[in-house]
Amino acid sequence: MQRQTHPASHRPLIYRQTIWTRLTHWIWAISLFFLLLTGLQIFNARPDLYLGQQSGFGFDNTVLSIRAVDSDSGPKGVTTIFGHDFDTTGFLGYSGGRARGFPAWATIPSGQDLATGRVVHFFFAWMLAGTLLVWLVAAILSGHLRRDIIPGGKDFRNLGRDIRDHARLRLHHTGRYNTLQKLSYFGVLIIGLPLMIATGLAMSPGMNAAIPFITDIFGGRQTARTIHFAVMLALVAFFVIHILMVLAAGPINELRSIVTGWYRTDPDEQSKGDKS
Amino acid sequence: MSDFDPARRRLLTAGLVGASSLAVSGCDAFDMLSDRDNAVRNFIEGANGLTYRAQRILLGRDALAKEFTRADILQPQRPNGVTNPSDADYKALAAEDFKAYRLEVSGMVGARLSLSLDDLQAMPSRSQITRHDCVEGWSCIAEWSGVALSAVLERAKPAQSARFVVFNCFDTIERGLSGNIKYYESIDMMDAYHPQTILAYGLNRKVLPVSNGAPLRLRVERQLGYKMAKYVRSIELVDRLTPFGLGKGGYWEDRGYDWYAGI
Repeated sequence: MQRQTHPASHRPLIYRQTIWTRLTHWIWAISLFFLLLTGLQIFNARPDLYLGQQSGFGFDNTVLSIRAVDSDSGPKGVTTIFGHDFDTTGFLGYSGGRARGFPAWATIPSGQDLATGRVVHFFFAWMLAGTLLVWLVAAILSGHLRRDIIPGGKDFRNLGRDIRDHARLRLHHTGRYNTLQKLSYFGVLIIGLPLMIATGLAMSPGMNAAIPFITDIFGGRQTARTIHFAVMLALVAFFVIHILMVLAAGPINELRSIVTGWYRTDPDEQSKGDKS
Repeated sequence: MSDFDPARRRLLTAGLVGASSLAVSGCDAFDMLSDRDNAVRNFIEGANGLTYRAQRILLGRDALAKEFTRADILQPQRPNGVTNPSDADYKALAAEDFKAYRLEVSGMVGARLSLSLDDLQAMPSRSQITRHDCVEGWSCIAEWSGVALSAVLERAKPAQSARFVVFNCFDTIERGLSGNIKYYESIDMMDAYHPQTILAYGLNRKVLPVSNGAPLRLRVERQLGYKMAKYVRSIELVDRLTPFGLGKGGYWEDRGYDWYAGI
């Protein structure tokens, strides 16, 4: 490893993350934690997903259904995805001796409490949407968005090499985001979270009256709810990869940069980073 | 730049371990938020007021909920909540096809009213095909017919200082040690005068069935289903909601749900 052959003074600390990046990162991390767990609480009130404007009771437009069923060996959790049944006892449908969609450890509050789930969900939804909007305006004005988030031509030319480097966990520590980082952060901040907010608002009967197209562009309230759920899964996948990459790249250095702003770069990498 | 500070390393590690134990220990860590007297919950509930004000600005007085066509009615309206009240006075009225039913309008009004179903049906009617959105997450499209609440209010001449319309219902939704609790709801004057706010007596071009709230139920199309009281017995115009139930403006509101259900 290069780390052993170069003393720390040859691996310079650079000021990589501004206070605004660090602040919004942690506000979003906390908000998304609560949004996820209260969102699963809200989902549990009706653990089924449909396509279209309405829920099919007299017809079938269900794409996902989580429920408990009785079997010879006692209650079972069953998850049906596009007509295919899966036994998910202990996780989905039946867990902790109760019939419930997601288990107690995955919801806030732990018991069935839709009212509290909604109160907490909407508080953090305001927090997320408000800070995201302020961040977006500031990031456009300061050039942060163009410089650090939106992938450019050079990033796409490097894409193949960047994927190979990541696959071999040959991670570079420079002052700049690499192509896959830019693509992930662009995907989360510019596509994922705004889509989450839009599909969330599309489920609101008040917003349906104020801005009807917000529901129509998603193909109806129930489709919007299904997309809201699917984007949640994508964000959870991002979170898992994000944490794995932090661990692979050196958790202390990565955490320091997102807490204090200071980041230790590889030898000779800083100058390369500055040129990009 | 100085070398890495071991004290800071310990701090970061402690933070990381703390955060991950929070994630795996399950979420009973936040169960105190279920307690409606909890100070954090009360602070967080402030976001409901923000939603109410923001939507009031966006919606204005007359923005209409989306209306659908008869081709969108694919199934019967799903009944939920109380679907067959066992209250004796209600059963007596239902047995006689609600002939003796009278909608009482009182409170801060210039003229108290007592209206039979025939009286209500003689008033101008409105039909609308709308999507019923339940707080649980499901939706169902149906055609509702009834009398505009604004027409009833015009006859009752509300006082200028009236701020809310309260709907008292026949159905007992909860039987507790301290007595039976009947369903009730409330809306503000802006929703009360909204053109789509009706007291419905018809569903899908038939008489409103008992399971969906016969003889009269409220439709407030810009809010969630729990606002749309079924089995309406009487209407009261008031300037505050504290005298009713536990004071939050509705049966479900008294149990922690938002009074403004536009989201």
